[in-house]
Amino acid sequence: MSEIPSVTVAGSALQELLPPLSEQEAVTESARCLMCFDAPCTHACPTHIDIPKFIKKISTGNLLGSARTILESNLLGATCARVCPVQELCEGACVLGSEHKPIAIGRLQRYAMDYVFMRKIDVFHAGKSLGKKVAVVGAGPVGLSCAGELAKLGVSVTLYEKRDLPGGLSTFGIIVLREPVEVALAEVAMIQRLGAKLEVGKEVGLDPAVADLQKNFDAVFVGIGLGNSPQLGIPGEEYILDGLEYIEDSKLQPAQLHVGREVIVIGAGNTAIDCATVARRLGAERVTMLYRRTEKEMTAYPHEYAFVKLEGVTVSFLSKPVKVHHENGMVKALECVRIALGEADASGRAALQEIPGSTMVLPADQIVKAIGQNKLPLASRLDLKTDKGFIRVDANFETSSPGIFAGGDCIRARGSASTVMAVQDGKLAARAIYQRLVNHG
Amino acid sequence: MADLRTNFAGIRSPNPFWLASAPPTNSGAQIHRAFEAGWGGAVWKTIGAPVLNVSNRYGTWRYGNEKMLAINNVELISDRPMEVNLREIAEIKRAWPDRAVIVSAMVESKPEAWHDVIHRIQDTGADGIELNYGCPHGMSERGMGSAVGQVPEYCEEITRWVMDVAKIPVIVKLTPNISDIVMPARAAVAAGANAISLINTVNSIMGVDLDTLDITPSIGGRGGHGGYAGPAVKPIALNMLAALGRDSVVHNSSLPISGMGGISTWRDAAEFLLLGASSLQICTAVMHYGFRIIEDLCDGLSNWMDAKQFATIPDVVGHSLRQVSDFKDFDLSFKVVARIDQQKCIRCDLCYVACNDAAHQCIDLIDKQGHVIAPAVYEPSSNGRVEAVSTRPSVVVREEDCVGCRLCFNICPVENCIQMVEVAPDRPSVTWDELTAKQPEVAEDWDQMERYRQKMGIRIH
Repeated sequence: MSEIPSVTVAGSALQELLPPLSEQEAVTESARCLMCFDAPCTHACPTHIDIPKFIKKISTGNLLGSARTILESNLLGATCARVCPVQELCEGACVLGSEHKPIAIGRLQRYAMDYVFMRKIDVFHAGKSLGKKVAVVGAGPVGLSCAGELAKLGVSVTLYEKRDLPGGLSTFGIIVLREPVEVALAEVAMIQRLGAKLEVGKEVGLDPAVADLQKNFDAVFVGIGLGNSPQLGIPGEEYILDGLEYIEDSKLQPAQLHVGREVIVIGAGNTAIDCATVARRLGAERVTMLYRRTEKEMTAYPHEYAFVKLEGVTVSFLSKPVKVHHENGMVKALECVRIALGEADASGRAALQEIPGSTMVLPADQIVKAIGQNKLPLASRLDLKTDKGFIRVDANFETSSPGIFAGGDCIRARGSASTVMAVQDGKLAARAIYQRLVNHG
Repeated sequence: MADLRTNFAGIRSPNPFWLASAPPTNSGAQIHRAFEAGWGGAVWKTIGAPVLNVSNRYGTWRYGNEKMLAINNVELISDRPMEVNLREIAEIKRAWPDRAVIVSAMVESKPEAWHDVIHRIQDTGADGIELNYGCPHGMSERGMGSAVGQVPEYCEEITRWVMDVAKIPVIVKLTPNISDIVMPARAAVAAGANAISLINTVNSIMGVDLDTLDITPSIGGRGGHGGYAGPAVKPIALNMLAALGRDSVVHNSSLPISGMGGISTWRDAAEFLLLGASSLQICTAVMHYGFRIIEDLCDGLSNWMDAKQFATIPDVVGHSLRQVSDFKDFDLSFKVVARIDQQKCIRCDLCYVACNDAAHQCIDLIDKQGHVIAPAVYEPSSNGRVEAVSTRPSVVVREEDCVGCRLCFNICPVENCIQMVEVAPDRPSVTWDELTAKQPEVAEDWDQMERYRQKMGIRIH
């Protein structure tokens, strides 16, 4: 593994946006929690962390117990504390939200997580050996969650990661403002100390071969996430940067990342917002997001959209890119056309109608696209059934191939993919895998 | 505007609020500022025998976000030379003729010592004297303070010594560290005191430091009991105040009572007045927020009196004493039930868990279809704000099973969300005293009690 990069320099444009809570803030905020019974925040959390319990423990100064409460439900509590869309989840459901300020659950969770991570306290240890081996493909949130839960149950786990750094999107795809690389890597190290073996630079299907995997392991879990942005299919597309790669560079080699003066980000999801934020923070004078539909249809969370507007980013709605203008290998502009929303089509979304004669040329010296993610080829290598390219699983996260389980973004055909959903998949899949291992002797 | 002027055993002040004998009344400079802020009077920090103090003398009880639910202290009486105190007392009284200046005293239990200090206080022109029979720490080890207050005979004897020479009103200050507060009060009455004040501080150990395992606060590694005061002692003080008001000997003596113990706001003050106090003493709230709190004490009390059409302080004093009763005189047929305002309810379910775990199991969780459900019945795959909020059940009281215990009302975080509603009694009015006078057997035999309950339709669950 290459050396852990440290880009979270205090005072840098990309330093973590929210400072940690001070002890005073944490104790005061935790004392505000009503300690609801059967709390709606816990219901709203995809991993169902017992939130009032961990908050009460902060207020009593039982930080180890608080961290344990979080990690029992969510091994990636440190990441989730930072990246969860809490407005849509726990904090959005807080009973104090309607008339008062909801409890700052995310920041309190981070406070408890920081306590154990900064002191290198291992809350859990490997379970008594079950004598079973599981391969986990992909060391992103879902794979780490699954591997960690299995290790707790005494299963021997090997994580295969094709990149040279583990952590998946936590390491590569979440902007530093929200989650510094160090946090993601510290979480991986914690999973490793639980006993999970980590093999980086290993792409399953090439090395190791699929057959080896099936021969050497009692079960396989696939948590490979998704790939880069799909093609727009427009002239000059080769000059458009991939959004996730743009964010990755901002995290791992910010000094080398070239940011344009006038940047256009194609897309209006959360990744597009992150790209726009990075561009602004690293010096772009003007950043414009381009979206074919309207604010109503945009997939970014409302709070993210509100945030990026405050960063000084504008959005050009009802605009569709048609051609990249370039000269001597340099981007000059993006040619777009105006869109009118028509009747809903079979999928229920409004049809896009180009308005004749509405062509406009937006000057730009850098164009980034973040318009979703391609499916990765492993599903076919493993001969797994898919739905719209997403791996098909049953209620136990088992694929069409017995003994092969899958979870995370690569199975999420419906609903919004998020880290915390992936963590829950990994946790539930681990329990199902464990059950299978026990049942099959 | 209500008239807040107070005449307490002949001691006059523009309002009933006096600083209690404590650190805020340690010096003339402090009292001067307090009077500038508007305080009606001040009881000078106790003067008397020579003392030396220690560091780390105050401990507090933090509860939730309340920094000082209570304070305790091992500070002794004034450690400034008596001459200095007496000189400043005289200066203050000259500068503030309309304010009540009372001097607290505590000396060795010898007639000469008491005679001497009383004479010297009277020479300052002070309006009154308070006898400190309450200080529970340090001084009591030397036979003073609560060592006197806890023995009614000593209390009476020393008060007699004082009354032999006193020419200004004498207030006997009682310690709450006693099994029956009425006894030392009667002793004060018997000795001819002019007034009573209560409560002094309560014996307490504030806590143990869980890092060092020392007593908190630690005084060079040692710690011990100190005098406990502040908001947390208010109910204890109110009970003792009412106990004096209901005692025929104390009541018939017509001695005024200066109330103290946890008064922080005008609301507390009004309660003390209603239960029989005719002047009010305050310390902890000033130690927390300073002299400026006098403004709302007067303003709030005055506005409340206007709203309630009380013209003067004497109109308020003792107004609620008549409601203080023994259990045996409560109406057993009186019935209230809890009602939850579904519009105000924020669905925290604290009433549900309190009722089910700790009371009488009469609050249900009702789903959108009107069915009673168990808590946390959602699937593990259910999540998100919308789902969590929209599927949240309602909390509904089964009124026929509600005993009206009032626990849910007390813990509900939303103002006026749960109301205790009086409902028509389902049996004739009767008190325990009346019932057992007619049917003594119900108090002696469970079978008889069961028969009585069946006859009256009383269901216990």
